[in-house]
Amino acid sequence: MSISHTLASPATDAKSVRRSRSRLPMSVGLGIAWLGAMVLVAAFADQIRPFDITTMDLAHRLAPPGGLKHLLGTDELGRDVLTRLIQSIRVSLVIAFGATLLSATFGTLLGFAAAQFRGVVEHLILVLADFQAALPFLIMSLAVLAFFGSSMLLLVCLMGFYGWERYARIARGLAISAGTQGYAAAVVQLGATPGRVYLRHILPNVASTLIVSMTLTFPEIILMESGLSFLGLGVQPPETSLGNMVGFGREYLTRAPWIMLAPAVVIMLTTLSISLVGDWLRDKLDPTIR
Amino acid sequence: MVRFMLGRLLRAFITIIAVVTFAFVVLRMSGDPSQVMLGPDAPQDAVDAFRHRWGLDQPLWVQYFAYVRSILTGDFGVSMRDHASALGLVLQRVPATLQLTLPAMALKLFLGIPAGVYAALNRDSTTDRAVILLSVLGFTIPSFVMGLLLVLIFSVMLGVLPSGGQDTWVHGILPTLTLAIGGIGILARFSRSAMIEVLTQHYVRTASAKGMSWRNVVWRHALPNAALPIVTLVGFMVGSLIAGAVVVESIFSWPGIGRLLIVSVSNRDLAVVQCILLVIAATMVVSNLLVDLAYGWLDPRLAARRH
Repeated sequence: MSISHTLASPATDAKSVRRSRSRLPMSVGLGIAWLGAMVLVAAFADQIRPFDITTMDLAHRLAPPGGLKHLLGTDELGRDVLTRLIQSIRVSLVIAFGATLLSATFGTLLGFAAAQFRGVVEHLILVLADFQAALPFLIMSLAVLAFFGSSMLLLVCLMGFYGWERYARIARGLAISAGTQGYAAAVVQLGATPGRVYLRHILPNVASTLIVSMTLTFPEIILMESGLSFLGLGVQPPETSLGNMVGFGREYLTRAPWIMLAPAVVIMLTTLSISLVGDWLRDKLDPTIR
Repeated sequence: MVRFMLGRLLRAFITIIAVVTFAFVVLRMSGDPSQVMLGPDAPQDAVDAFRHRWGLDQPLWVQYFAYVRSILTGDFGVSMRDHASALGLVLQRVPATLQLTLPAMALKLFLGIPAGVYAALNRDSTTDRAVILLSVLGFTIPSFVMGLLLVLIFSVMLGVLPSGGQDTWVHGILPTLTLAIGGIGILARFSRSAMIEVLTQHYVRTASAKGMSWRNVVWRHALPNAALPIVTLVGFMVGSLIAGAVVVESIFSWPGIGRLLIVSVSNRDLAVVQCILLVIAATMVVSNLLVDLAYGWLDPRLAARRH
C-alpha cells in the first residue's frame, strides 16, 4: 500500500476501486504539477526572473515580501529573493538531474558488466558496492570538496557517485534473471553482440525498476547537495542554489526570515512531490517491490 | 556460525581498510596543508621544514605505509594545529555528540516504531493516514531546514528555547528534536509497511483461525517477524550515531564530532580528519556486524542455514 494511494482514495467498494485505478490520485496530480512547474522554471529561468541575480537594490534592503517590485522581498544586499530563488531552482535541479543520470548510467553499466562477466569482475564490483554503501557519503564529499575546492563540475561528478551501488545491484540481479529467460537466450543464439543484447533487449525490460530507484535517489541527491551548500561547501557565491540560499538566509533569521523560508518551502515541496509521484510510479510500474 | 562470523569480520576489516586508504589518497592529493597552516606568504624554507616535519615531502606510498604502520600500533597521529593527539581530540568530542544522538535515537525508537505498528494494525483509519502524512513530512524536510524552522518558532517567535550553545540540558532540546523528527518519520513508515507485509502472511491467518487472541497473534507472531527488516534500519541508524549530527551540530553550534570535522577539514588538519573518518567507518561497520548477529537471534532459520 503506497502513501499516495492511501492518502488519496481509500477505496472500499468495487466501483470506487475501479474508478481510482483509472484516475490519478489528487496528491499525485498535485505532485506532478509542482514538478512540472519546477522543470519549466528551471528551463526558462533566464526569461522569467525579474532581475539579474546579482543586481542590488540598496534602497530596499531586507524588504519584506508582498511588495510590488520585489514579490518575495529582498535580501541583505537588496537582491531580489524571487530572482535568486528561480536561479537556485535551476542550479539545484541541474545538479540533481546530472548526478542522477550519471549514477544511474554508471551503476547500471557496472551491474550489467557483473552479470556478463561473472567471476572476478563480479566480485570486484560487489566489493566496491559494499565499500560505497559503508562510506559515510556526506562526510566524504565534505572532505573532498573542502580539500579540492568546490566547482560545479566536481559537485555534479561527486553527487554522481551517490547511490550507484543500488543501480548496480538491481541491474546485476535483473540481468542475471533475464539471462535465464527465453528472450535473452534467443537473441544471443541469433548472434547478437553482448552490447546489443543488454541495451536493446534487457535494458527495456528492466527499465521500470531502474526508473523507480531513480525516483528514490533523486530527492536524496537534492538534499545532499543542499546540505553541502548549506554548510558552505557546495555551490559557491555569487552562484546560488536552494541549500546555499537557506545557509545565507540563516544569518537573517530574526530580521528577514523570508530569505530562508522561500527556498526551504521549495525544497520541501519538491522532495515531497517526488516522494508521492515515486510511490505512485512504483505501484504502476513495479508490482514486485513495495 | 563461527565461520560465518569470521567471514563477516574479514569483510568488515576490508571495508575499514578501504575507507582509510580512500581517505588517505584523496586527502593527500587534494592540496598541501602547509599553504593553509602557514599562510600563502610563508617563506620557502619554513614550508620545506613544515613538509619535512610531517613527512609530506616523502612519496605518497611511503607516507601511506608509515601511516598504516602507526595505526596498527595504536598511534593515530597528532593534530597539525596544536600537536595534540588526534584520537584524543576526537574522543574528547564524542560525549557531546552522543548527548544529542542517543536521546534522539531513543525518541525515534519509542515514537517511530509504535506509531508505525499502530498505523498498520488500524489500516486506512484516520490515525493511519495522519501517521503517514506526518512521517512523509518528517523525512522529506531536510534537517537543516527543520532545525532552522524550529529555531524560528521556538527561539525567535516564542522565545522559549535557546537557539545555540551547550550550556544546559535545555540547549539540547532543539538539536535533539531536529535529529529525531526525520528518523521518527522514516521508522514509522518502515515499521508500518513491514507490519502490513507480515499481517498478510499465512501464519498470521492460521494463528487467528485457530482461535488465538488477536493480542497474542500480534505479539507472538506478527511483531517478531516484522522485527527483521526494522532491525536492519535501526542498525543503520545506530551506525550513524557519530556521523549523523554534522549538519545539526553546525546549526546549533554544538561542540561535537561534526563541528570538529568541519573545522579540521577547513584547516586541512589531515590526522584529525582521517581519525574522524576512521572512527565513523568503524562505528558503521560494528553496527552492521551487530545487525548480522541480531538476525541469527531473531530468525533461527537464518542461523540454521549457515551451518
